[in-house]
Amino acid sequence: MGLNIADVSVVYPAADGRPPVEALRRIDLSVERDDFVVALGASGCGKSTLLNLIAGFLSPTSGSIMLDGRPVDGPGADRSVVFQKHALMPWLDVIDNVAFGLMLRGLPEAERHATAGRFIDLLGLGEFRRSKVYKLSGGMQQRVGIARALTCDPRLLLMDEPLGALDALTREKAQELILRIWHETGKAVFFITHSVEEALFMGTRLIVMSPRPGRIAHRFDLPFSRQFLAGAPAREVKASPEFIRLREEVLRIIFADEEAAA
Amino acid sequence: MTDQTQAPTRARPSSSGWLTRLTRAAPTRPGETYGVPGSGDTTWLSLASIALLLFLWWIVTATGWVKPLFVPSPGAILQKFADIWQNGFTNTSFLEHIAISTARVFGAFVLACALGIPLGLAMGMSPLVRGIFDPPIEFYRPIPPLAYLPLMIIWFGIGETAKVLLIFLSVFAPVALGARAGVKSAAIEQIHAAYSFGATRWQVMRHVILPSALPEILTAMRIGVGFGWTTLVAAEMVAATKGLGYMVLSASQFLQTSTVIVGIIVIAAIAYAFDLLMRAVERRVVPWKGRM
Repeated sequence: MGLNIADVSVVYPAADGRPPVEALRRIDLSVERDDFVVALGASGCGKSTLLNLIAGFLSPTSGSIMLDGRPVDGPGADRSVVFQKHALMPWLDVIDNVAFGLMLRGLPEAERHATAGRFIDLLGLGEFRRSKVYKLSGGMQQRVGIARALTCDPRLLLMDEPLGALDALTREKAQELILRIWHETGKAVFFITHSVEEALFMGTRLIVMSPRPGRIAHRFDLPFSRQFLAGAPAREVKASPEFIRLREEVLRIIFADEEAAA
Repeated sequence: MTDQTQAPTRARPSSSGWLTRLTRAAPTRPGETYGVPGSGDTTWLSLASIALLLFLWWIVTATGWVKPLFVPSPGAILQKFADIWQNGFTNTSFLEHIAISTARVFGAFVLACALGIPLGLAMGMSPLVRGIFDPPIEFYRPIPPLAYLPLMIIWFGIGETAKVLLIFLSVFAPVALGARAGVKSAAIEQIHAAYSFGATRWQVMRHVILPSALPEILTAMRIGVGFGWTTLVAAEMVAATKGLGYMVLSASQFLQTSTVIVGIIVIAAIAYAFDLLMRAVERRVVPWKGRM
């Protein structure tokens, strides 16, 4: 059970006189409950295409995507997406943004505010319930986005570079927050990032993708997030020899892929 | 000695100030952002500009450079205003002229919004609706209302229908096109977020696209009501016995220049007051405009 992607390819049709683009070639991937799968790779390697496939915004040219045994044929509340930015509703305050998905389901206001309030507290936004989202900082807006994605109790949380726009310090804090929430809620997570350190620290499994055509070039199983959740300080985990060795190895792979593709 | 030490600090703003302003932005004070185009408060400058215009007006009439037939003095306008206010114009009280014109413009405006906004949104959402309604709207939009006024009269007579319809048409196109453009304001991430919560197409429309489009719709309404006032005089050209447009037109035929100017100023004042109201509505309804 869980998410099962089998032999999926995506070809964007020819346009403006350019030949068709093979965005993804023969992707196989499964995401089980409790998995934290991180996709890493240079721009244009198809990470976002893969996420859009799972979210149901895009359908594959060939191959199959199954969630709990049923084919994915469009977006649905069992897969919530946290976007890089621009995805909150500025006309709603924080609590109504977080409760947005519940409102669409037609829950009464008291009930959805109760649920939303729990997740707002979980993300440390308790005193900002009634704030306007456009007045919050980028880091806090992103936390609102994560809280919103969690309220509908999805099977799978899809995160498309959710921390890309944050400053270094906020970013590390947000990483730890997301890991704790993942641990507490037990959701499966599919997480896209550009940062090798972030990828290694957060994932239980890492897929390194290569461009032209987009494909999964390497897979790693990662122990670091569990070390952190078992009590090791984040910086200590990230500074351990094992972490650094793997970081350099992944970087080498990415650079080599880039050169091979160029 | 003192002259020499003070010279550079004094020379900069006076001799090169205007020229440097053309090539680079002014340095900013704390709390401002460097390089924002057109930033700065203009209230005093605008008041000064109005005062200067009034002064020039007064000067050219008081010195007798221009005959009162062409430009009556500000005092004569005030007198005329008081006169019309008390005695009315062509046996109709001034307030009735105002009321009837306002009713025509806002009646047409409300009707144009009630039909134009939904249609514009539908045009933005559906290629079917857009395909059907784009040609007729784009066809009549650039035509001056005066050009199709004869048709309106032939088809709808000389009663109230033709007048309101003429104003309606001039408001309808900008409102519908504004609403249609507003549909594009929602970020695709916002739309995707709603769909990934299981929203239906209707819910996306109601809870994402409509609120995102509000700033553009309100702007289109402001532009639209402006077109409405512009068309008012044309609408009251034929078979009207009441209204500000009628007042201006018939006064012009008797060379009552001061009445014409009073009418113009009253139209401008009502239109401006409504624009201020719409801006206040904007600040209340879409305080997030341009901020996310």
